[in-house]
Amino acid sequence: LASVPSTLPSANAMDKVTDYQDATTYNNFYEFGTDKSDPFATAGRMKTRPWTVTVEGNVAKPQTFDIEQLMKLAPLEERLYRLRCVEGWSMVIPWIGFSLSEVIKRVQPTGNAKYVEFVTLADPKQMPFVGSRVLDWPYVEGLRMDEALHPLTMLVFGMYGEVLPNQNGAPLRLAVPWKYGFKSGKSLVKIRFVEQQPRTAWQKSAAEEYGFYSNVNPNVDHPRWSQATERRIGEGGLFAKKRPTLMFNGYEPQVGQLYAGMDLKKNY
Amino acid sequence: MANPAIAAGAARKKPLLLHPASKPLLFALLLLPLAYLVWAAATDSLGANPAEALIRRSGDWTLRLLCATLAITPLRVLLKQPALVRFRRMLGVATFGYAVVHFVCYAVLDQGLDLQVILKDIAKRPFILVGTAALVLMTPLALTSFNRAIKALGGKRWQRLHQSIYAIALLALLHFFWMKAGKNDFTQWSIYAAVIAALLGWRVWEAKKRSSAALLKQPVS
Repeated sequence: LASVPSTLPSANAMDKVTDYQDATTYNNFYEFGTDKSDPFATAGRMKTRPWTVTVEGNVAKPQTFDIEQLMKLAPLEERLYRLRCVEGWSMVIPWIGFSLSEVIKRVQPTGNAKYVEFVTLADPKQMPFVGSRVLDWPYVEGLRMDEALHPLTMLVFGMYGEVLPNQNGAPLRLAVPWKYGFKSGKSLVKIRFVEQQPRTAWQKSAAEEYGFYSNVNPNVDHPRWSQATERRIGEGGLFAKKRPTLMFNGYEPQVGQLYAGMDLKKNY
Repeated sequence: MANPAIAAGAARKKPLLLHPASKPLLFALLLLPLAYLVWAAATDSLGANPAEALIRRSGDWTLRLLCATLAITPLRVLLKQPALVRFRRMLGVATFGYAVVHFVCYAVLDQGLDLQVILKDIAKRPFILVGTAALVLMTPLALTSFNRAIKALGGKRWQRLHQSIYAIALLALLHFFWMKAGKNDFTQWSIYAAVIAALLGWRVWEAKKRSSAALLKQPVS
């Protein structure tokens, strides 16, 4: 998948890239099972062509994009982002795509568009765990409008120079690098501009553990584990010391002002 | 005179459970999961997050062996195989052994063996606290599992002490429940819960049967 290096400052992390094998065999994608190895084992059956994405809600120009058409909306860039999972591990992934704002500006949100809701595919025929009681399907995620418009918020079509493997969210997903990984929905089918804060899948399932914002924050622990440190996958073997987790996953200079004056302990 | 058919049946069954090699064989079997984990860790074949894999799998084995230990008495009675009791101690000690491995993996691989961090983690998180409590409660049982300890304590007191295994089983189950709660994924948990409920329920039922039998035997005045 052809792309150009991103010119966006901070879009190229200085960290060592995670091994392709680790990034494609250790995944959370609950539609395919709750074990990290399940998506690699079973996502292959998902059909990613043809694929359309409906952009609707409080916008002047609602539109249904064909995936091929959507990929040509803006030049594809390669960006190296840190990915921090809420479970306490992290990776560094070279994504290919462009800023979500490229799509947003084309559909022209109205004044009532305060939040963006992302709906992902939930097809029990292709996804063995859709129908299980693990989550309320389909998987729904959301961002505040200013978060969605931030240039770091990325619509992703590929990684490691290739189109996205199914288990990583083919044919398109989100990458919001300063938030825990589950905020970045996979295999998107709908992007809706809404007035009210969307109820996300994880909020419905365990609101006290997973908040709407879910910004990476070493000072706000998960009820069952500390978020102060993280294990960088593939780094230094079994006995490697964990890394300190950085505020906003190290993207504080870029996104800190979005949350000025907010109590991040309450708005976790 | 004994029924020759029964005597022959007993003689046929006897060698298996009473065979001198049965205990060493069980011992070797109980070491297999640990040997596999050590081998897999050494050859880096535990996947992308070997530390997490070691912590989870050692925990799984602790629960499995706990169930096996608790199953001895019901099986012994229901299958009329008193010789089964020979294996209970080894299963119990192995349960403790895997629990220790589980805790050491958590302490070293997850917490970097930082004692202060570990203590804070235990104090702050019920999930960790309950697991640690189960391990702490198991320790006196492991330490009194040899013959001299039984003699020194006296059978009754030893038995009462070792009945805390029921509480330990419930703590372990709660620990596992909280671990799975985050993912709302209770399939595995329900299986362990059902097994432990059956094993403990059988004991309650037996105790009731015995106490009502004792009541019936009381002389009617």
